[in-house]
Amino acid sequence: MTAHETSQTRIAPAWTQQLRAVLRSQESVLLFITVIAVLILSTQTDKFLTVRNLLNQGRLMTEIGLIALPMTYIIVTGGIDLSVGSIAGLSAIMLGYGWYNLGLPLELAIVLALGIGALAGFANGLFIVLFRVPPLIMTLATLAFYRGLAEGIAQARSVRDYPEWFYALGQRETLGIPNQLYFLVIAAIITAIILSRTTFGRSLYAIGNNELAARFSGIPVRRNKLIIYTLSGFMSGFAGYVLVSRVSTTRSDMGSGWELDAIAAVVLGGTSIFGGSGSIVGTMIGLVLIQLLKNGLALTGVTGDATIVVIGSVLILSTLINSVIQRRVEGL
Amino acid sequence: MASITQTVSARRQRFSPSSILRSVLGSQESVLLLALILLIVWVGSENRQFLATRNMVNVFAGNAYIAIAALGMTMVIITGNIDISVGSLMVTLSMLSGAISVYEGYPSWVSTDLTIALAWVLPVIVGALVGAIIGFIVTYLRIPAIVVTLGFLSILKGLLIIVSGGDRITGMPKGYALAQIRPLEDVSMPIFPAFFQTLTMPVFFMVILTILVALWMRYSPTGRALYAVGGNAEAARLSGISRHRVVMTAFILNGVFVGIAAVMNATQFSVIQVTLPPIELTIITATVVGGVSILGGTGTVVGAMLAAIFLNTITKALVFLDISPFWTRAIQGMLILITVLADLYRRHRQSA
Repeated sequence: MTAHETSQTRIAPAWTQQLRAVLRSQESVLLFITVIAVLILSTQTDKFLTVRNLLNQGRLMTEIGLIALPMTYIIVTGGIDLSVGSIAGLSAIMLGYGWYNLGLPLELAIVLALGIGALAGFANGLFIVLFRVPPLIMTLATLAFYRGLAEGIAQARSVRDYPEWFYALGQRETLGIPNQLYFLVIAAIITAIILSRTTFGRSLYAIGNNELAARFSGIPVRRNKLIIYTLSGFMSGFAGYVLVSRVSTTRSDMGSGWELDAIAAVVLGGTSIFGGSGSIVGTMIGLVLIQLLKNGLALTGVTGDATIVVIGSVLILSTLINSVIQRRVEGL
Repeated sequence: MASITQTVSARRQRFSPSSILRSVLGSQESVLLLALILLIVWVGSENRQFLATRNMVNVFAGNAYIAIAALGMTMVIITGNIDISVGSLMVTLSMLSGAISVYEGYPSWVSTDLTIALAWVLPVIVGALVGAIIGFIVTYLRIPAIVVTLGFLSILKGLLIIVSGGDRITGMPKGYALAQIRPLEDVSMPIFPAFFQTLTMPVFFMVILTILVALWMRYSPTGRALYAVGGNAEAARLSGISRHRVVMTAFILNGVFVGIAAVMNATQFSVIQVTLPPIELTIITATVVGGVSILGGTGTVVGAMLAAIFLNTITKALVFLDISPFWTRAIQGMLILITVLADLYRRHRQSA
């Protein structure tokens, strides 16, 4: 075994090995699938591969994207957050309620909505670290609770007719690019750098691989978990705000089902659901692939319902392909 | 000195009211049963109408299909897996059942009775098949269950809408409404005769299946193996249990119970609709509140059944307490949280 390895190192220069590792990584496999999907879809219709259409798709995927970023952090630590869609709904309702019913200035209502989002996430984290409630259970409970709060506060009333400036984030463009897309790209870059280049980011992998070992090696496991669940709540709240700005209205069912869309993007992006591995780049590719499939298939005349069949199949198949490749790489 | 004080305090504890209370509250099942009784008594004292026969039947029958589906979910979670596609599967199988019953292109020798029998049985078989496919992918292709079932959630939901066209099914033949049958209608029970006479089929399915499954999981080798695989996979392997076969069994049975739940759901009303409320979350909630550890290895189906009834009782109670139905989910969520925390606290006390 060792002899075999050394002989291989002698024959192959270091850079080809590095190249091979990059090519075999989950992200490049996924990127490959994405490129093929784009090529096939673009031969089917002219409307798909246009700058205008692609930018519009960027607009549509922003909300899920903003949630999928912290969701990557959480899944890397071996946790999960099912309450993100409900937090987005609660924040959206608080925005409308604060402005319309409480008579707050809209700016303050936005701050209130974001604050409530962060608080909701903080509460998740607090229970998870203090009482050791499994994240799946905790966020399953708050999925119902936060959505229930949204429904209770809204009492089935919707809020509309926001001032014109409020729609700038969700419906306008700067330099031809939808405004909210800037936020997604900046958030993605920042979260990617934090995850791969900082002590904090690396500690998340350590927690996901072996929480006990991470604790014994002096990593503030509890504090870091608390931070990522709070971040997840904050970003969900922000996504709720972006959605209200895009669709011009506030309803209590906003964001339902987002948790599964976000988790699908993260898992498709190669992050292991058991924690310990994954990347923001992968999540972003997963997000883009899902959105392009949805849009491309719709444009080629496939109905929206057949699209979700394809996405479900792609999720399972790409995980299968990845696990086969990873197993071969590890020589199992 | 310390040991003496400990013995004394231990002896005192054995007879103190708090220790009796603690042993009664020793299991999640008894906590739930107690909570259920207290809730019914309290709401009943606030509003007598709550205890009316018709309403009590609704309290027990309303979530029976959830409890039946929770049987399968309990097995799946005990093996350390999860299935989040059950909601989509249940609605798909409900539509399938309805579609079989109203289809008109059968050859002439197929009687209506046979059609109805098919409409009751075929969804269960299809459910088992889907369970087998999911189980195969999870065990032999080694993809985490949460990923596989997340995929299946989309696949089934999409297929459902394509096949049914998003329509609703009405005009099912007479005799199709299995869930509306009252088996004890002509029997006079010694206690609560009116209640038992109005009790509908889903409750009987729920209770009988729960008892059978509880016995099976407690006394049969395969049933025990579910716990073994979820509790300590390595130990289970060393004692000669095939993990693959056990997990496959759990997923297939899960499909079967979702099929039965779907038939109950479809035959409950005169319309079958493609509504996709997050049933999977209600089922998982019932299972977890019932005391099944999400980490695998522990829990019972009796707890899951009690939890399903408990959740429905809360929903029904709010109406009688004059609380806006929009607060239902908030209160449910809070109660789930309290139950889970109580359970964690109890386990912490027991292990300490």
